Amino acid sequence: MSKNIKLCKGLDIKLAGKAEAVIENAPMAKSYAVSPLDYESVTPKLLVKVGDKVEVGTALFFDKKNPRILFTSPVSGVVSAINRGEKRKLLNIAVEPDQAQSVKELKVVDATKAGRSEVVEMLLESGLWTRIVERPYGVIANPDATPKAIFVSAFDSAPLAPDYNFILKEEKASIEAGLALLARLTDGKVHLSARKGDEGFMSEIKGVEYHTFSGKHPVGNVGVQIHHIDRIAKGDIVWTVNIQDVAMMGRFVKSGKLDFTKVVAVAGSEAPKACYKRIISGAAVESIVGKVSEKVRIISGDVLTGVKTAADGYIAAGANMLSLIPEGDVYELLGWAMPRFHRFSVSRAYFSWLCPKKEYKLDTNLNGGERPFVVTGLYENYLPMDVYVAYLLKAILVGDLDKMENLGIYEVLPEDLALCEFVDPSKIEMQQIVRDGINLMIKES
Amino acid sequence: MGLRNLVDKIKPTFSEGGKLSFLHSTFEGFETFLFVPNTTTSKGAHIRDCNDIKRVMIVVVVALLPALLMGMYNIGYQADVEGILPAFWFGFLKMLPMIIVSYVVGLAIEFTFAQKRKHEINEGFLVSGLLIPMVMPITVPLWIVALSTAFAVIIGKEVFGGTGMNVFNPALLARAFAFFAYTPQISGEAVWYADSTTGATALEQLGTTGTMQWSALDAFIGLIPGSVGETSTAAILIGAAILLFTGVASWRIMLSVFVGGIAFGYLFNAVGMTEFPAYYHLLVGGFAFGAVFMATDPVTSAQTNAGKWIYGFMVGALAILIRVVNPAYPEGMMLSILFMNALAPTIDYFVVERNIARRKKLIKNVK
Repeated sequence: MSKNIKLCKGLDIKLAGKAEAVIENAPMAKSYAVSPLDYESVTPKLLVKVGDKVEVGTALFFDKKNPRILFTSPVSGVVSAINRGEKRKLLNIAVEPDQAQSVKELKVVDATKAGRSEVVEMLLESGLWTRIVERPYGVIANPDATPKAIFVSAFDSAPLAPDYNFILKEEKASIEAGLALLARLTDGKVHLSARKGDEGFMSEIKGVEYHTFSGKHPVGNVGVQIHHIDRIAKGDIVWTVNIQDVAMMGRFVKSGKLDFTKVVAVAGSEAPKACYKRIISGAAVESIVGKVSEKVRIISGDVLTGVKTAADGYIAAGANMLSLIPEGDVYELLGWAMPRFHRFSVSRAYFSWLCPKKEYKLDTNLNGGERPFVVTGLYENYLPMDVYVAYLLKAILVGDLDKMENLGIYEVLPEDLALCEFVDPSKIEMQQIVRDGINLMIKES
Repeated sequence: MGLRNLVDKIKPTFSEGGKLSFLHSTFEGFETFLFVPNTTTSKGAHIRDCNDIKRVMIVVVVALLPALLMGMYNIGYQADVEGILPAFWFGFLKMLPMIIVSYVVGLAIEFTFAQKRKHEINEGFLVSGLLIPMVMPITVPLWIVALSTAFAVIIGKEVFGGTGMNVFNPALLARAFAFFAYTPQISGEAVWYADSTTGATALEQLGTTGTMQWSALDAFIGLIPGSVGETSTAAILIGAAILLFTGVASWRIMLSVFVGGIAFGYLFNAVGMTEFPAYYHLLVGGFAFGAVFMATDPVTSAQTNAGKWIYGFMVGALAILIRVVNPAYPEGMMLSILFMNALAPTIDYFVVERNIARRKKLIKNVK
């Protein structure tokens, strides 16, 4: 076992509405959706039409750029809608579930004996391949590539994030099977990182390179962990998989049946009941949280990196939580000059430092207007990486590919800069800038 | 709320297509001054820290107040006005027109540029507008204040793209402009008291005689002649405490400026170039004021942590070098900060290059 890695930089934002340690079964939703927008740079090509009958594991569409990557239905039933947005952009494919829930028969191979290519084919066919993320760039893994290592973070440090030790406590065998499967995909190691002092059964898992981390958010971000275990250099490819998706893969190879069930946290100050829900991936939000006021923002994912979701929308494929917080579309008289005890700031120009234990009920107000880069030295305190944030962002803004490469574009994803974006008094949209920079790199390569 | 209703009612007049749409940026400036806008996050993080640039700037203004108030009193004191309040009132009346002129001229230019560029108005001038009168001698004619401010805002800031893009500290540029363009009015021994007695500032005495007539305590409290902001080291230290506690200014820069200054002060003592005690340098002239409020300007100083140490040390060291070696310009701080403003990007360049080198080394390790 390697020694504990302690990170000093970062921030834990204490929010009201932490999920209570209770798992409820959410009712079957009226519909489930699979969206190409839950993944980065996927060009979808449909395989079904409205009215088609599908089973769990039936492919709904594939990625034109890599036709082997299939996106499969999480439930069995009838394709009820193909929703499109502007310029006929595919938003999602909705499936209305039936009672029987039949599962498509898929070929399942024994990970210990089968060849690598058979394992790859099995994951591609099941649609579970889409859960493997490739770095640099955070796209779906290219099945033709072999990563130098695979990284799995066993904890999430984001505000109100689910406690994986709790929701996966019955899934040890599945996680072991899933990690064994991943081990077949790389010539290097599979790294598993847990939070020091809150390791659960993770330390007992064999066949992986085990690490512990301690520190504040974003210590649970797999990108930060990679930076401290085995940095990504130019030309490297590494893959990452969310721990709950690892369990899903493990369940599949163990039982031979595809099952997209997962447990998500419902949290935030506006959650009707903050607790855990057992759902099937892609469920309609309404089936998870019920009716919600218009004054509430529903976020698929955590409050820093999640995606805004409509009350009649669906939880994103990769999301392990729904965050519900108040919308902040109100004016505040002379707010910038006020003491603002109810709001949170890392700056001691306000008074949050007086009550470090207080749980805040933060809304979505931007709390200011967008300005040029003014403050310096602040961002670096919230990104535990050897990256000069402002310099990287400026390189992206001017579209200088060489500089972006030199300053670390391969090592970061938007989620890693979410905290910097949160603390920034200039209100610069850093995650969007990083995303644009990555898209530019993909386009030019 | 009544005020909000009023703002909402007149808003269409200033919006695109309204009668007064050419004042759009100005209206928006005042609106966001009154009300934090109702904008919600659309991309990226859904929650945001409640700190914004307005707050950052207002903290600096608050930090400047002790030095400003003390400076006002000192104006009266130097003019031999009896009593604390009358002396303060005397100084207040002298100072007020300069502050008004600086804000009016500067903000008018800022508003015009914001409107032309369709930007929101940046808050940076809230600080610069107060700094400019504080670094000018109190006797300087108002038209020089106006001209220097205009020069600083247009040539110093707007031609580079506005707040955040400028190379030189605008307030120092204003002073440098006044200093070099109108030297007879702003410097020299006779400049300081138009009203009563005449005398030289501490630094001018230092330049000519190598010593000064005031005690270190007077210099610390701020009962010596000089520009309004710079005289009272005590009041400046209160401001420094505010800036450091709130984290608005970089402690690295502030500390290293003082370290650089005192190191070179002692160095010159050691080699016998001057008898002037090293610590006096920190008390007189614009040294403390520059170290706390000017050198720490985040936009024009070094931006990397390692760069800040180097930048700060060199600001302090150069200021003392200029003071001791070149008596023609007794105030070394202004020139030293402006010079280091120009060098800061180069310092950062080398610091960032080292980061890049570390990243490139990674590639060699793998292959």
